[in-house]
Amino acid sequence: MKFDTVIIGGGLSGLTCGVRLQKQGKRCVIVSAGQSALHFSSGSFDLLNRLADGTEVVSPVEQVSGVDKAHPYVKLGDKFAFYAAEAQKLMADCGVQLQGSADKNHYHFTPMGTMKPSWLTISDFDCYDNVAPFKGKKVILLNISGFLDFNTKFIADALETAGASCMIKSINLPELNKLRVSPTEMRSTNIAKVIDKEEVFNKLVSVIIGFSDGFDVVALPAVFGLASDRLVKALKGMVNIKLMPTMPPSVPGIRVQQQLRREFERLGGCYMLGDTVEKAEIENGKVKKVYTTNHGNIGITADAYVLTTGSFFSNGLVAHSHDIIEPVFGADVDFSEDRADWFDANFFGKQNYLTFGVATDEKFRVKKNGKSLENLYAAGSVLSGFNPIYEGCGAGVAMLTSLFVADNL
Amino acid sequence: MNLQESNISENNFEQCIKCTVCTVYCPVVPVNPKYPGPKQAGPDGERLRLKRGTFFDEALKYCLNCKRCEVACPSNVKIGDIIQLARIKYSKKKPSLRDTILANTDVVGTMSSAFAPIVNTTLSLKPVKLLMDSVLKVDHRRSFPKYSGEKFVTWFKKNAAARQDAFKHHVSFFHGCYINYNYPQLGKDVVSVMNALGYGVHMLEKEKCCGVALVSNGLIDQARSQAKLNVASIRKSVNEEKRPVIAASSTCTFTMRDEYPHLLGVDNADVRDQIEIVTRFVYRLIEEGKVKLKFRDGGKLRVAYHTPCHMEKLGWAYYSTALLRMIPNIDFVMLPSQCCGIGGTYGFKKENYETSQGIGASLFAAIEEAKVDYVATDCETCKWQIEMSTTTKVEHPISILARCLDLEATSKLNC
Repeated sequence: MKFDTVIIGGGLSGLTCGVRLQKQGKRCVIVSAGQSALHFSSGSFDLLNRLADGTEVVSPVEQVSGVDKAHPYVKLGDKFAFYAAEAQKLMADCGVQLQGSADKNHYHFTPMGTMKPSWLTISDFDCYDNVAPFKGKKVILLNISGFLDFNTKFIADALETAGASCMIKSINLPELNKLRVSPTEMRSTNIAKVIDKEEVFNKLVSVIIGFSDGFDVVALPAVFGLASDRLVKALKGMVNIKLMPTMPPSVPGIRVQQQLRREFERLGGCYMLGDTVEKAEIENGKVKKVYTTNHGNIGITADAYVLTTGSFFSNGLVAHSHDIIEPVFGADVDFSEDRADWFDANFFGKQNYLTFGVATDEKFRVKKNGKSLENLYAAGSVLSGFNPIYEGCGAGVAMLTSLFVADNL
Repeated sequence: MNLQESNISENNFEQCIKCTVCTVYCPVVPVNPKYPGPKQAGPDGERLRLKRGTFFDEALKYCLNCKRCEVACPSNVKIGDIIQLARIKYSKKKPSLRDTILANTDVVGTMSSAFAPIVNTTLSLKPVKLLMDSVLKVDHRRSFPKYSGEKFVTWFKKNAAARQDAFKHHVSFFHGCYINYNYPQLGKDVVSVMNALGYGVHMLEKEKCCGVALVSNGLIDQARSQAKLNVASIRKSVNEEKRPVIAASSTCTFTMRDEYPHLLGVDNADVRDQIEIVTRFVYRLIEEGKVKLKFRDGGKLRVAYHTPCHMEKLGWAYYSTALLRMIPNIDFVMLPSQCCGIGGTYGFKKENYETSQGIGASLFAAIEEAKVDYVATDCETCKWQIEMSTTTKVEHPISILARCLDLEATSKLNC
């Protein structure tokens, strides 16, 4: 098989890169070992929330100069703001409606009802300029009976701590009750598939409106619109309804994944799901061919290869007891030799292992045995030099580095 | 006593991180809430079953074995295999008469082919359908595949076998039950295309049904003995006669490559790579520049490709679609990859009919909307389901290729 570019990894990073390259007229294949982390997305995309020294970031564009010199953003040079805008544009072209700007972070709700800063938030949810938007307001939290991934008590506690008064109610419909035959399957996506039917949605809306009397805010779990955001738009036109993110799987996150994949395929890209790149032929510092589990002896050749396999969760990086490897190419990995540095015993502390990743040169070309491979690039969370959780920059690194790589192959 | 003993599974369920992505892509869960879902039925249930087999839940029979959970899993857990192995290991339910009849595709096929006109007419009569529904629990709304009067193998011996040795290259063809009893034309198309590419086609020394229906209906011992017989024949073909094996059905191919070692414990490691679906075999010859195709001039055909679940699991839809895209006068449409709902014998069972049609509903709508001349797909049971549930005719990609190729001119280029 012959393509212009092989992208290994089909999440936010790989799809961003793929859509960009297809638009440039390149023919790409994305090889993805299972579904991606977008399935667990909160619905918000972070660009830069905090610097490594703990300084809060209000304006990513103005404060990006404060990142460590190893941070992938440094390699973007003066193109940081440009690529942040391009990322938002690419999402819009795929049909993903986002609010927010790289000039100023906003706040959004977490599934726990607390507030977090972010760059872009999907239009299912609202953006706020402070951490107590419901202060002094009467909020009714409506959950669907039996849905376990929406923790109303936590959310109510958080909202009340921030000055709101909260009431929790369960709502139900016979159509949704059927799902409860298998309680383990009361998941956001299954609920969303039931509600996607027009008549069920309409019934549910009248139940919701029945509860809304006397409340300033009606808060609901984001279980609307798996296939498209049509229902979300319909809902937001009604009474003061606010959708809140749920625990995974994330209905808006999955919708984004599908929108990006559809656009990639519409542009002529080939998406191979459930396949793993097992080995590569490397000759004279160049990748010649890769082989996958499913395609066996039929290899895939291309002019350029992009590694967007993600971090530990997706096996883009694999940790052994004393080293960390990149399994596809055996690329050089930046990590601390002293295992004691890898983690903080405080789970919520700053975890250094998250900064480990593949070593690259100034053009994000992957290094192996200290030398850059000529046509192998890396983008997204497989890269080293940043802490996506502590610095709040995972989605930004995924999208911006992918765009940069796509433009500089 | 070793406490860890009852925690060790031959499958990798401990890799499951409970992310629930499998549940998102299970086609059964949204339409049949009685099914506990792939995560619960697979890795979560396995943890309990290893402690005590009585935790086995007969509701695992609602699993279609489509493997879409495995394709979606980011942690490479063999969820589908865990579920099917649990059924094999723990299920106490004996297969019913109906299940035995549905599963024995080649016994039933041999009998039905002999009396094809009578069987076809009888099976389409309303009173017969109602009787089968009430006595056998085979849903009366289901249409049956027609049986052919002449088996493919009979045709092959009479009309094609003699000229096969003259070719320079050779393959063995695992025709499967559907081609042999129901639709010999597809087998004839495979022979014409392969012959035009310069390949002689041969039958395996012995061939039995791949066994997929036996596995899903709990007839494991019979499935295993048929698997052993098939692997022995394949081994002879590959190792002694130096003939790789091709098949037209994605499910037969997948079963012989992956279900034999994973579910039935029948080792095929030495020959697995030599069992291919015909579209992959042809694609590879073209890509390596070993064969050339010459197409006929003809009117435009609009063709939509449907990815069968086992083709999705194999990851091989690329080859079938690449072949279709090579045909100059085809206007190609890719359908979204989703289960059609039939699941082999699953959809024939009365208790699964609603589930089966519910799963396929959005696919049927997409097909109607695409307004195509043909749906192309590599699976025979998908073909039955789509032809029964839509107004569109379904053909195998190789049949479409056979129709669009100038076979004589192609043959001159390659022989």
